[in-house]
Amino acid sequence: MDRVAVIGASMTPFGQREEWILDLLAEAGQAAMVDAGIEGADVQHLYVSNMASGEFEGQTGIMNAVAQDLNCLPAYAARIDQTSSSGGAGVYQAWQSVASGASDLTLLVGGEKMTHRTTAESTDVIASLTHPIEYAHGVTLPSFAGLTARKYLEQYDAPRESLAEVAVKNHKNGVDNPNAQFRKEVEVETVMESPIIADPLRLYDFCPVTDGSAALVFCPESLAREYTDDYVVVSGVAGATDTHVVHDRLDPTTMGGVVESGEAAFGMAGLDPDDVDIAELHDMFTILEFLQFEDLGFAAKGEGWQAVTEGRTEKDGEIPINTSGGLKSKGHPLGASGVAQVHEVYEQLLGEAGPRQLADDPEVGLACNVGGFGNCVITTILERA
Amino acid sequence: MKATRYSDGTVTYPPRPVGPEGGEPVAEVDLTEYRAEVVTWTVATATPPGVRQPNPLAIVEFDVDGEPVRAIGGLVTDEDGEVNVDIGDDVRPVHVEELRDPEAGIKEPTSQDWDGYRFEPV
Repeated sequence: MDRVAVIGASMTPFGQREEWILDLLAEAGQAAMVDAGIEGADVQHLYVSNMASGEFEGQTGIMNAVAQDLNCLPAYAARIDQTSSSGGAGVYQAWQSVASGASDLTLLVGGEKMTHRTTAESTDVIASLTHPIEYAHGVTLPSFAGLTARKYLEQYDAPRESLAEVAVKNHKNGVDNPNAQFRKEVEVETVMESPIIADPLRLYDFCPVTDGSAALVFCPESLAREYTDDYVVVSGVAGATDTHVVHDRLDPTTMGGVVESGEAAFGMAGLDPDDVDIAELHDMFTILEFLQFEDLGFAAKGEGWQAVTEGRTEKDGEIPINTSGGLKSKGHPLGASGVAQVHEVYEQLLGEAGPRQLADDPEVGLACNVGGFGNCVITTILERA
Repeated sequence: MKATRYSDGTVTYPPRPVGPEGGEPVAEVDLTEYRAEVVTWTVATATPPGVRQPNPLAIVEFDVDGEPVRAIGGLVTDEDGEVNVDIGDDVRPVHVEELRDPEAGIKEPTSQDWDGYRFEPV
């Protein structure tokens, strides 16, 4: 079967932006098309990953707006919503459109506009994905993180400081990312002394509220060299779900959707976790980096925290995690994040990551995009062509 | 606090149209007749509009005649507003008429119930 190639990628600066959702999406879309050397009229399928432009901004129908703004008419266009994993779901949809033969050129743009809302309002928009009985209790995604972190620390006798080390590492990586929301290192003490948000987690255990977008261009590998000599291929991609009510999970420290999507993506690629040279994990909260690291098979259950404290996930470690700065430092514009994860892997595999570039020429990269609190997960594996 | 027993013996809270093992709903289980054990807990300080601040929450596990049934809910605090539970402690459900202000959040107030059960240390 013809593999699916990624021939172009882009992301806008993440942070507090003046632009609204349609301009943010157009910005990344245009840049990705320039990177791929294509024009809007070449696009056959257009997917727009976005969780809640209607709720945040009152703007719906964004896929059609983007199709017009980028001159992609009459391309088929659809909006992809899978909450925080909308970007990953867009990658999966874009891959399907090319792998099925339905499209020979697919543009994926993911974005979100959030910062005009207060943090409390944004938290409520996101919390509306929970089950009605959870929502009635005021359960939020950060509170799920607090519940899970307490269980993890007790169950595996992990020090609270190990979570702080995730924030320290990812902030350090973000300094070298010109598009990151925060480009400032933090110390363990800063994290440990920051205000409690969901005990035992503190302010610096959480990603910020962010505006931004990212984009990717896909085509069959057999056509890729018509556009560029520098491309990567999607060698594995899979999605999976876990319970809607989070309390129903037998082990709160395991995300079934990560396990299932990871196993399927590795199976499709014919690779193992040992083959991965770089991974972008969904560190919306520091505890999530431990969970995904273990549930993807990079460490045994309960031992992921040790990989961080021993420096094995640093840029010069055996498996660098979140060289982009992760959601923690780079920011988390919901629909953009899964797309931006693949953008980072794309740049690393092609040697285009500038000051973030890994020294040892990575050949295999992985992105894990988590929706809800592990409710929906997409794992994507990319390889240098 | 109504849970559902399915034809294969499993029980869930809240009820589902189909059980986790594929069974059909066959009976209602009143969880207020049981005590639960705290699986984990947190105190959330950054709460959305209409939610108490801080908002202590717990995941608990009921033992319904040998069948584990988990639930999430708020924690009842003492007169000083402190949480007096830890992982492994026993709690019981206490009814609360209105868990949060239905008019303050993003959801349509008539779309769901707003009463429910918080957990009180035994």
